[in-house]
Amino acid sequence: MGKYNALNIAWQALRGNKNWQRAWRDPQPKSHYDVIIIGGGGHGLATAYYLAKVHGITNVAVLEKSWIGGGNVGRNTTIVRSNYMLDGNAPFYEMGMDLWRTMALDLNYNAMFSPRGVMNLAHSKAQYDAFARRGNSMCLNGIDAVILSRDEVLEREPALRAADQERFPIFGGLLQPEAGNARHDAVAWGYARAADQLGVDIIQNCEVLDFIKQGEEIVGVKTNRGDIRADKVGLAVAGNSSRLTSKLGLRLPIESHVLQAFVTEPYKPVVNGVVTFGAGHFYVSQSDKGGLVFGGDIDGYNTYAQRGNLPVFEDVISSGLSIMPGLSRLKLLRNWGGIMDMSMDGSPIIDVGPIDGLYLNTGWCYGGFKATPASGWCFAHTIANDKAHALNEAYTLDRFAKGYTIDEKGAGPYPKAH
Amino acid sequence: MLRINCPHCGEREHSEFTYGEDANRSLPATDASLETWNEYVYQRDNVAGEHMEYWHHALGCRTWLKVQRNTLTHEISWVGLPHDMPPSQTEAQS
Ligand SMILES: Cc1cc2nc3c(=O)[nH]c(=O)nc-3n(C[C@H](O)[C@H](O)[C@H](O)COP(=O)(O)OP(=O)(O)OC[C@H]3O[C@@H](n4cnc5c(N)ncnc54)[C@H](O)[C@@H]3O)c2cc1C
Ligand SMILES: [Zn+2]
Repeated sequence: MGKYNALNIAWQALRGNKNWQRAWRDPQPKSHYDVIIIGGGGHGLATAYYLAKVHGITNVAVLEKSWIGGGNVGRNTTIVRSNYMLDGNAPFYEMGMDLWRTMALDLNYNAMFSPRGVMNLAHSKAQYDAFARRGNSMCLNGIDAVILSRDEVLEREPALRAADQERFPIFGGLLQPEAGNARHDAVAWGYARAADQLGVDIIQNCEVLDFIKQGEEIVGVKTNRGDIRADKVGLAVAGNSSRLTSKLGLRLPIESHVLQAFVTEPYKPVVNGVVTFGAGHFYVSQSDKGGLVFGGDIDGYNTYAQRGNLPVFEDVISSGLSIMPGLSRLKLLRNWGGIMDMSMDGSPIIDVGPIDGLYLNTGWCYGGFKATPASGWCFAHTIANDKAHALNEAYTLDRFAKGYTIDEKGAGPYPKAH
Repeated sequence: MLRINCPHCGEREHSEFTYGEDANRSLPATDASLETWNEYVYQRDNVAGEHMEYWHHALGCRTWLKVQRNTLTHEISWVGLPHDMPPSQTEAQS
């Protein structure tokens, strides 16, 4: 299939770009695999890649009901960060940052990881103190965090001056300099292509309808393209997790909610990094094409419809205008929604079981894009060894029953945390 | 836009209401087992399809309402007061 490199691009261009091969095969499903991963989102594709690359397990299929990258991995606002405070989370996300930095080389696919910095704005002394505390815990976990004065904030993002002088004076900010953005589609396509090259079958338009059980053990899945058997079945279907586990009579500590995102027409460079507003829920960055990409709160009622409603639309836009009044002059190009797996403590689940042959990867809330590489890496380890890696051993399903929730927000049982 | 037909106020827009929760959950007895409490506090049916749920008419009559909504389409098929039941279920019971 060949490597992507400058020489190759030049050579193909000279031949009229007619000889590019497809980036991954379109195989028929086999009757049996060592491992089936349900869900061709970022997490499912990354898991398949690391199964093949790190563990040498190549008889793997990724089953995707639609086309790969059509779920949340292709719908998110691409913020990649590791500004977490709690022990169960911080090392996991920070390991992910290492994988982000080397992803393009590793996959031979330009994932466009751009560490342009994620800056949280503080609008009061109390908020600033809370950020200092978060920054200190990040530093204790070896994650770079910088507390910024008001002037430093405005120097980084001059577009915030207007708000600072009007209704929302800026007190300071917390910056994670090594955080940033990546290209959502490229992450899905890069993992797909690299996994395919190692022998993984990526099977699109293949919806898993039910599981095949032998006694108490799961030995395969029923799909719209026939029965497929496997020794191990990994679930990585984000917002659709409960729908599938309900086939097994298994309830999850998860509610499915819709999160909307927005992009404006392309505009000259005006936002340099990722900025989050501290007096309302709004975050924004500017894509390389110039579109301002932003989002805010989830709609708030559980849903599986991949579209949101207007009240949140209005709320996000008005928060945006509060912090960047100039936004009102831009035309909105697109708005969309994605269904997220909101867990009851805001942290994910990467675990074996609870039924033999089943492995769970879910509960990403609205921050699972940044977790893509670390999640795939840890899930592959968990599937290959029937045991969690140290990095994901806190992400168990039974932590809720046992009282070991990882509640970053300190909000108690609540399926609406980040 | 979701519109909810409040039995007291008539059809009002969604932004007047706050979502409560799944209306099929009921509080266990204080001395129920830890397993029962875990199921109540943390585990969810997270239904895809017809869902009975509570909404609060926060910017209207401030009553809690029971709403039957399809979580796949956002379509609302029935609204009542917390002790009411949709006609189909009332018939099924009698
Ligand atoms: C609007 C929005 C903004 C977001 N912003 C950010 C952000 O800035 N930073 C961040 O870190 N995270 C963000 N997220 C969250 C992030 O996108 C998700 O947590 C993450 O993508 C989920 O993992 P995934 O990529 O594997 O999911 P998905 O891409 O949704 O993959 C799951 C796949 O499973 C498939 N599937 C479902 N059911 C079946 C079935 N029965 N059979 C076969 N296949 C099935 C689906 O079609 C889908 O392709 C955002 C999410 C949304 C919606
Ligand atoms: Zn009312």
